[in-house]
Amino acid sequence: MSDNLKVPTMASYLAEGKQPEVLFWVGCAGSFDDRAKKITKAFVKILNNINVDFAVLGTEEGCTGDPAKRAGNEFLFQMQALTNIEVLNAYEVKKIVTACPHCFNTLKNEYPSLGGNYEVIHHTQFLKQLLNEGRLKVEGGKFKGKRITYHDPCYLGRANGEYEAPRDLLRKLEVELVEMKSCKSKGLCCGAGGAQMFKDAEKGDKEVNIHRTEQAVDVKPEVIAAGCPFCNTMMTDGVKNKEKQDEIEVLDVVEMIANAEDL
Amino acid sequence: MLDYLPQILFALILLGAILFFVKNVSSLKRNINLGKDVNRTDQKDKRFKKMMRVALGQSKMVNRPIAGILHIIVYVGFVIINIEVLEIIIDGVLGTHRIFGFLGPVYDFLIGSFEILAFLVLVSVIIFWIRRNMMNIKRFLSKELKGWPKNDANYILYFEVVLMVLFLTMNAADYQLQLMGASHYTSEAGIMGSFPISQFLLPLFDGMNIGTLILIERTAWWLHIVGILIFLNYLYYSKHLHILLAFPNVYFSNLDNLGKFKNLEAVTNEVKLMMDPNADPFAEPEADEADDVPEKFGASDVQDLNWFQLLSAYTCTECGRCTSECPANQTGKKLSPRKIMMDTRDRLEEVGKQLHKDVEITSDNQLLDNYISREELWACTTCNACVDACPIGIDPLSIIMDMRQYLVMEQSAAPPELNNAMTNIENNSAPWPYNQQDRLNWAEE
Repeated sequence: MSDNLKVPTMASYLAEGKQPEVLFWVGCAGSFDDRAKKITKAFVKILNNINVDFAVLGTEEGCTGDPAKRAGNEFLFQMQALTNIEVLNAYEVKKIVTACPHCFNTLKNEYPSLGGNYEVIHHTQFLKQLLNEGRLKVEGGKFKGKRITYHDPCYLGRANGEYEAPRDLLRKLEVELVEMKSCKSKGLCCGAGGAQMFKDAEKGDKEVNIHRTEQAVDVKPEVIAAGCPFCNTMMTDGVKNKEKQDEIEVLDVVEMIANAEDL
Repeated sequence: MLDYLPQILFALILLGAILFFVKNVSSLKRNINLGKDVNRTDQKDKRFKKMMRVALGQSKMVNRPIAGILHIIVYVGFVIINIEVLEIIIDGVLGTHRIFGFLGPVYDFLIGSFEILAFLVLVSVIIFWIRRNMMNIKRFLSKELKGWPKNDANYILYFEVVLMVLFLTMNAADYQLQLMGASHYTSEAGIMGSFPISQFLLPLFDGMNIGTLILIERTAWWLHIVGILIFLNYLYYSKHLHILLAFPNVYFSNLDNLGKFKNLEAVTNEVKLMMDPNADPFAEPEADEADDVPEKFGASDVQDLNWFQLLSAYTCTECGRCTSECPANQTGKKLSPRKIMMDTRDRLEEVGKQLHKDVEITSDNQLLDNYISREELWACTTCNACVDACPIGIDPLSIIMDMRQYLVMEQSAAPPELNNAMTNIENNSAPWPYNQQDRLNWAEE
């Protein structure tokens, strides 16, 4: 089933001698993970809907190297980074938007000293910009008045100080925003960062994602809003573990905007 | 000659204390300098402002309001009451009494403020003791605090109680002596100092003669100043070094986004060489190039860390705010960021002692495995909660990352599932086994 998305590639833009306004860095999760693909598509639908001129690297994109770096494999990280930088620089990319805070952090903070200098923003920041410029209209829609809690991704929040853009978008949806016990700079990790997503957890009393989900369940939300495909997976698993999947949805902020618009 | 005996004795004690302190500071510097170089002297303006705000201004302490406010009372008390120590030292050396007494009302105000602060410090320290020993606060019950660290923390509190009680006793006896018109204690200008707190101790001296009171006053005076000098020299053996090192530690702390991990330059050179189609793989390394390659990647011992990380190990006062914010620790894993810092300091002390005595390093001890286990290192989610929680800019995460680099790049000792993910990244540029050519398939699904 195709949603008739328009997803131009940088290669096709180059063939026409054009530069898009922004490069959409999809990321591995956004490209391959079934749940995260929905986030990718929701974002593209919005971009298509308001005619944002963007392109993707497609098959020329590769892992930013974030999990390798946080695992301690600096060699593999830099191989990935330098390969990606070669591609990005060849296309003379200036501005990158991504729906993954891990890609966001790595591209923004760790690529410059390796020769990759771009303006890198998270998709919630980009949507906020579009909103401010009047290009995107966000109204309550189906989430109006619903009780929502927002889970701060570590690599967007604490690591890069962005707490407000996603919350501003949620406020635009006229939701009832409730904060968990640990939020913003004190936000509790979902348990996936630092390459934990790709390994078993060490022995303990419980999994980190269960601990975080308990904090979320405590504030009785109808939706847990996330801004990271990995947090999304962890929180979704946590909600299932608590057998709350019929009461609590886990959605990316961009999915909520797309749903509100009924895209 | 006998008249000068107290002064000579005082000068000797003071000199001894200063010399011993200088010796300890030089050990401290020597140990910190075992670390690798790192550039933390850029952006001086920004660093200075951060130090003023975070160290002097205690801005992050109040993130936990109860402990924060109590800490500020003790901190302000400590700094301000030390003005009085200046007078005590001058009096001690010159054989004078209350040499700043000529300041009149200003002096009264100062002594009065010291007394009120001393009382507030006393109350705060007692609350600290109750919190630490009776209230079952989780961060004070961790395994790494068993034994010496717990005793150390309590000794500091006892020390402060004793010092404050001595200070107030000294003032009370002094006040009583002034009221009784004892020579050497009185001034023509009237009562020197004001005693808003110690005046309440006067009933204790009812019926005592001048001789007894002088004995009490002198004993309290001597024990107070000798206590301070002992305390100064206790610092090096204690977690309490933060009262000095918090300032440089904040000054030299990381100014970048917390998410920005440093890129290893030596790796960049090698990777660039690997990716260069024109590079001759069999070429001899150039002489200066060969020097650039570090002996090893990452850290397995304290000498592999940088001096800022080692400074932080001495600065850490083991408050445990980092550990209480750590998601791994909260869910019962072995990792505790505070323990990472404590282990680093303990190991650094061990290495320092070996170097100092010029003894051959006989044990195979190192920071990895002997102090910090792999299980701890792999439990970290790199979420930066510990770094954000530290009130004085310590970065336990950077040590964890350096040690992971050693495990992966020197020992290929990553957990097997992680090796699978890394192999996937190498082969198909994603942590999962999907073909890179399928990366855009989602657009068609």
